[in-house]
Amino acid sequence: MIRFVFSRLLQSLVALAILSVVVFILARATGDPLHLILPMSATQEEYAEARRYLGLDRPYVEQYLSFVGKAVRGDFGMSLRARRPVGELLRERLPNSVSLAVFAMGVSLAIAFPLGVMAAVKKGTGLDRAAQVIAVLGQSLPTFWVAIVLVEFIAGRLQWLPAGGNESFASYILPGFTLGWFVVAGMMRLLRSAMLEVLDSEYVKLARVKGVVESQVIWVHALKNALVPVVTFAGIYFAILVTTAIVVETVFAWPGLGRLAYEGISSRDFPVIQAVVLTTAAIVAVVNLGVDCLYAVIDPRIRYAR
Amino acid sequence: MPAESVALPEMAAAAPAPVRSRRLPWIPLAIISAFVLLAILAPLLRLADPHDQSLRNRFKPPVWEERGTWTHPLGTDRLGRDMLSRIVWGARVSLAAGVVTVLVASAFGAAVGLVAGYYGGRVDAALMRMTDATMSFPVILLALILAVTVGPSFTNVVVAIAVILWARYARVIRGQVLTLMHLDFIAQARLAGAGAWRIITRHLFPNTLNTLVVLVTLQIGYVIIVEASLSFLGAGIPPPTPAWGSMIAEGREFVTSAWWVSMFPGLAILLVVLAFNLLGDWLRDTFDPKLRQL
Repeated sequence: MIRFVFSRLLQSLVALAILSVVVFILARATGDPLHLILPMSATQEEYAEARRYLGLDRPYVEQYLSFVGKAVRGDFGMSLRARRPVGELLRERLPNSVSLAVFAMGVSLAIAFPLGVMAAVKKGTGLDRAAQVIAVLGQSLPTFWVAIVLVEFIAGRLQWLPAGGNESFASYILPGFTLGWFVVAGMMRLLRSAMLEVLDSEYVKLARVKGVVESQVIWVHALKNALVPVVTFAGIYFAILVTTAIVVETVFAWPGLGRLAYEGISSRDFPVIQAVVLTTAAIVAVVNLGVDCLYAVIDPRIRYAR
Repeated sequence: MPAESVALPEMAAAAPAPVRSRRLPWIPLAIISAFVLLAILAPLLRLADPHDQSLRNRFKPPVWEERGTWTHPLGTDRLGRDMLSRIVWGARVSLAAGVVTVLVASAFGAAVGLVAGYYGGRVDAALMRMTDATMSFPVILLALILAVTVGPSFTNVVVAIAVILWARYARVIRGQVLTLMHLDFIAQARLAGAGAWRIITRHLFPNTLNTLVVLVTLQIGYVIIVEASLSFLGAGIPPPTPAWGSMIAEGREFVTSAWWVSMFPGLAILLVVLAFNLLGDWLRDTFDPKLRQL
């Protein structure tokens, strides 16, 4: 088990290292990074001085190592737009993003689990069909559009909930549900098909023959094994959640990493984008590592097979 | 012995026969054909120029509203451009992005899956590690980096999405190849002296086509949504090219006074993506019911 965790950790580090090289190369290959940093009116002398100051006259390998060394310590340089250290912005925004993601994940679990399991148990009934409609709509509706519609109607015209910000619990509801929606669709479908498969298996039939109460057959015997594919995909769900969050935070004016990324794009603020991308990638890698370990605990075959 | 190879003979035997009796999904097919036709024929349709600005005609409502006219059946946007024409031209962008990205990603992913499944062992292990690492990476991040450094463009959107998307094809196709490798016809082909290239292209690949078609259909919708999200964020197709995502973004500020600017492109995305998803579901249920979908 320790070997397994270690090899997975190594993989995540390699993946992050590759990404950091890509970011580094893109920043250098696409022209002088100084163009991104200095104002249009900068003189030749200012360029030369900035080059020396930022160490851009040193060999590429050395530059890369110092970039990584600083990034690991949370130093991503100055934001061009906010004129503040990017690390500071990250520390401000990250907790907001995490709390929204956790809330959205909670919402989607609370909806996807009962719905997915019941859709499988009551296959072919109205409930099942309703669940299918929710699933296919969830995967076909563009999140950012749903967000705009919700802001306009629920927050704007009806004034039931706040349209933006994160001051109160009420302001979590709209972005949280919008963000959770897409995940609900995928997770519910997966759980439904896994449950259908498991409910048809010998050991579930045996449990029934032995006289185990039906609710226990479903929620304990069957669900336990139907969870395996759901856990397999959990890392991917998280990646989807992170992606969707950028759009959702933008529409709901949520002061998180996603909104920071959006502001970064519109002002071509390279240090900010670089920091958001690397931080998010690191978080996703850590979550995936956790999921893999969890998976190995649930399904011992994994540990030996890989 | 890996768990996967233990379970294989059983899985192969259980592969259900396709159900041919089901009716074709006419509505999704009709929606997709309609949008594809509109996209292809856009230059011939004698619509208003999608780039033509007219400040006098800004924010004209659709024809059924009070001030609406037949000159602009779906109204006009902030710059007085015709919404109908922009949505039709936007279909070109969205469909092209969806189809090109998915074709590139599926070709590369299928190749990786075929090679990994055929050779097995270390090749398989290395390729699958790569696949797993790719699969859990958020698509949008790469596109953001490209947009800020190289600048947003159609090519960058396709590249950024395809670079991540191939992994899913690789995983699924590799799983199928592992099953196929245990069947007699591969052993027979080997005995008959077929080489790796011949077995992969003539024997394995045709047998994965069903799955490939199902996945491709299901993912076109997903790619269209991702492209629209990127364009919405300003990291996708740059203006003034009409793209549904950026049209929604442009209308966002005026939702209260001019709802149609954001609503119609959103409905267009919903219709097209819904149609592709329903068609994909039907194809899966018909040809490959064991395929798990996200």
